[in-house]
Amino acid sequence: MFKLIDNYMIVPNIHLLTVEAPNVAREARPGQFVIVRADNEGERIPLSLSDWDAEKGTVTMAVMNVGKTTSRLAELEAGTSMPTVVGPLGNPSEIDEFGSVLCVGGCYGIGSIYPIARALKEKNNKVFTVLEARSSYLMYWEEKLRGFSDKIIYISRDGTHGYRGHVNQLPDIIESLGVPIDRVIINGCTLLLKKASDATRPLGIKTIVSLNPIMIDGTGMCGVCRVTVGSKTRFACVDGPDFDAHEVDWDELLQRRKSYMSEEAKPLRTSGCEKRGCLTTQPVVR
Amino acid sequence: MAEDKTPGKKPAKKAKARKKLDLDRRDIPKQPVEARVRNFDEVALGYSAETAIEEAKRCLVCKKPKCIGSCPVEIDITGFIECIAQGDFAEGVRILKEKNLLPAICGRVCPQEDQCEGVCALTKKKGEIAIGRLERFLADWEAEQPDIEIPVIPPPTGRRVAVVGGGPAGLTVAGDLIRQGHGVTIFEALHEMGGVLIYGIPEFRLPKRIVKREVDYLEKLGVEMVTDFVVGKTRTIDSMLEEYDAVFIGSGAGLPWFMDIPGENLNGVYSANEYLTRMNLMKGYKFPDSGTPIVKHKKVAVIGGGNVAMDCARTALRLGAESHIIYRRSREELPARLEEIENTEEEGVTFQFLTLPIRYIGNDNGWVEAMECLRMELGEPDQSGRRRPVPIEGSETIIPFDAIICAIGNSPNPLIAKTTPGLEIGRRGNIVTDEETGKTTKDRVWAGGDVATGAATVILAMGAGRKAARSIHEYLGSLPVKS
Ligand SMILES: Cc1cc2nc3c(=O)[nH]c(=O)nc-3n(C[C@H](O)[C@H](O)[C@H](O)COP(=O)(O)OP(=O)(O)OC[C@H]3O[C@@H](n4cnc5c(N)ncnc54)[C@H](O)[C@@H]3O)c2cc1C
Ligand SMILES: Cc1cc2nc3c(=O)[nH]c(=O)nc-3n(C[C@H](O)[C@H](O)[C@H](O)COP(=O)(O)OP(=O)(O)OC[C@H]3O[C@@H](n4cnc5c(N)ncnc54)[C@H](O)[C@@H]3O)c2cc1C
Ligand code: SF4
Ligand code: SF4
Ligand code: FES
Repeated sequence: MFKLIDNYMIVPNIHLLTVEAPNVAREARPGQFVIVRADNEGERIPLSLSDWDAEKGTVTMAVMNVGKTTSRLAELEAGTSMPTVVGPLGNPSEIDEFGSVLCVGGCYGIGSIYPIARALKEKNNKVFTVLEARSSYLMYWEEKLRGFSDKIIYISRDGTHGYRGHVNQLPDIIESLGVPIDRVIINGCTLLLKKASDATRPLGIKTIVSLNPIMIDGTGMCGVCRVTVGSKTRFACVDGPDFDAHEVDWDELLQRRKSYMSEEAKPLRTSGCEKRGCLTTQPVVR
Repeated sequence: MAEDKTPGKKPAKKAKARKKLDLDRRDIPKQPVEARVRNFDEVALGYSAETAIEEAKRCLVCKKPKCIGSCPVEIDITGFIECIAQGDFAEGVRILKEKNLLPAICGRVCPQEDQCEGVCALTKKKGEIAIGRLERFLADWEAEQPDIEIPVIPPPTGRRVAVVGGGPAGLTVAGDLIRQGHGVTIFEALHEMGGVLIYGIPEFRLPKRIVKREVDYLEKLGVEMVTDFVVGKTRTIDSMLEEYDAVFIGSGAGLPWFMDIPGENLNGVYSANEYLTRMNLMKGYKFPDSGTPIVKHKKVAVIGGGNVAMDCARTALRLGAESHIIYRRSREELPARLEEIENTEEEGVTFQFLTLPIRYIGNDNGWVEAMECLRMELGEPDQSGRRRPVPIEGSETIIPFDAIICAIGNSPNPLIAKTTPGLEIGRRGNIVTDEETGKTTKDRVWAGGDVATGAATVILAMGAGRKAARSIHEYLGSLPVKS
């Protein structure tokens, strides 16, 4: 059992979950994820690590409320426990002295891009961080990110903060920075990843995405997480989750994520990211 | 009966043999077909005490019992069968457990026709003794007794062993070492112990409570169990070696194979592991009461002919689908247990032999809707001694299916191999071990079961665990005594 230390809604629809998982915290690296269960009868779902504290033995995840399991997680109260938090899984993101790196985060990816930006900064990169959300009130962790970013750029759908639009603004943003960008790293929902990938392709900048197909075990055992990258089948949980965005078969990935869509509508009548399109998800208004 | 074994008493034995030759192998009662295809309860119901005694009495108690030599862990088969015949079940259990820690499981899932029963002096025609069923009977009888005996455990040696993987190999190693007074911790990647016994083999063939019982028993003996712990990720073997005197790797063969043909990533194409894990470990068959979504399919093709394929086909059937097994050779070559092939046929799964899928065809929404396949004929025998299937030219056929389950095999997961320097890995991704001791090429590290052999059987995994435990115990004994 893994004790929940803290759980609160940081912005509408996104919860920050902090759990005691010392083994995970000790080994965690940027870009890795855990698999969790909210209760004993529940599904196993993957969540990226947004932060951790090896000394306290805790890990933190930003959870976007999209369906049955994520809703259950949102309801859990601090002091209770979760039956499964296993990891850290997947390969860590490649961190090196790249030069100038653009880190892009949207929805839960604002959280999970944070340790990547931090590690890049510690490797003396110039770090430009782009936060993408529907509106200004859906942005979070600006303060934390500022500590490791040379500049933070905002994109909001409604224009309430920074650039108006979505990640199709990336070419403009990159141009405005006035320095050549050596690498773009993007975390967030699949649709955001795809759109960002489309946006950087013409620029010829190496673009890394953290893919999020459906997963069960996260250890290479079930094969449900298979994605086609560079026309080869890869298991995202063990070969990824980071891949070269421009080699990913996005149509297949978007399709495969819908495998259980109609079934999942049964236990809970909320739709997943893609049904309404993550970029247009209506937040829960309190 | 002891006299039979002394020479010079031949006439008595002859008389006995003549009197006793009973060729009627006792059937095991099963759930009726119509009922069982609609539930997930166990199919075979087990012998009553009377039937077990009758069956046991048929045994010739051979002087040189071939059956024992063909059991991978050399259970004293004549010994426990004689006990059943005399109604002394407790003693029978004791004899069984000397060699087999998990008799309730092996009695149910061993490929007996290739092992103990396959060489029984009462040949198939004369009705070979139902050794597996008798074994199961004893184990089930024991489970019903109020107090399961906890053996006396010697004082702690102060030595500690880490076991990777909670499948039959790991459980056996843990059970053997804890009884020698060593400290044992099992680290399991999934959220439940049992390995394939839990996530792979379906409830209707091996009820999960039986596995649970064995796991609970080990816990009572003092084995520590850590679930949700992926060795190689949560912690490396090297780091564990700092804390433990020895490590046993029993991580199985969990990496699913695909055929690498077009359309394999369409929705509705599953690996057997995914399909069975959703159903068994995640209780998908209870959906929507359980959180695990499963898709209701209408017509399912399972590719393969082993136990895994049978399990998938029968699971799909129970979920209301029309279920087909697509196998590239003929019935004769099916590698599954005979009893399960028969059960599968009885339940109404259709077998399409000599058929090889070459492509899956999807609809506009990315869901599979058909399979293109080739018809085969059997040619010359290959290395395995089985006749090699050869495609018949121009025999391409398209058959509609809305789900495909790929059950063509698994190999060991490379996770541990990749993160453990000094472990020699074989060509098929298996950890190289010494067959007699289970020793790997890395100091203080042992391995066994499917991770060493590639996908095999429960009893072989247990046998390997037993050998490794013996070797680990020897090694620990050679270390200076800990105060
Ligand atoms: C490596 C990785 C890291 C991720 N990190 C995060 C994160 O940090 N924060 C976050 O909020 N989300 C993250 N996700 C996505 C998250 O796992 C899904 O949103 C979650 O599983 C949905 O579960 P649900 O029961 O609430 O929704 P459901 O009602 O089950 O499904 C909603 C949609 O989520 C997707 N989904 C369903 N089950 C799974 C599954 N087992 N694995 C992946 N996707 C699934 C499907 O597309 C489905 O249509 C990550 C996914 C991956 C693969
Ligand atoms: C569907 C199916 C049906 C079968 N039917 C039969 C049958 O009827 N009769 C028969 O004899 N055999 C059968 N088998 C084969 C049999 O189950 C296996 O040979 C046997 O379970 C192997 O035991 P094992 O202990 O080596 O590995 P497993 O049972 O595979 O157990 C390995 C365990 O290690 C865990 N693990 C893996 N990697 C790690 C890691 N890095 N860290 C921590 N833990 C890890 C896994 O999660 C798993 O629990 C069947 C197999 C399947 C899949
Ligand atoms: S363990 Fe298997 S092979 Fe050995 S006697 Fe039992 S059923 Fe037969
Ligand atoms: S070979 Fe058959 S008849 Fe002979 S001892 Fe074994 S089970 Fe009995
Ligand atoms: S999640 Fe099962 S193989 Fe990747």
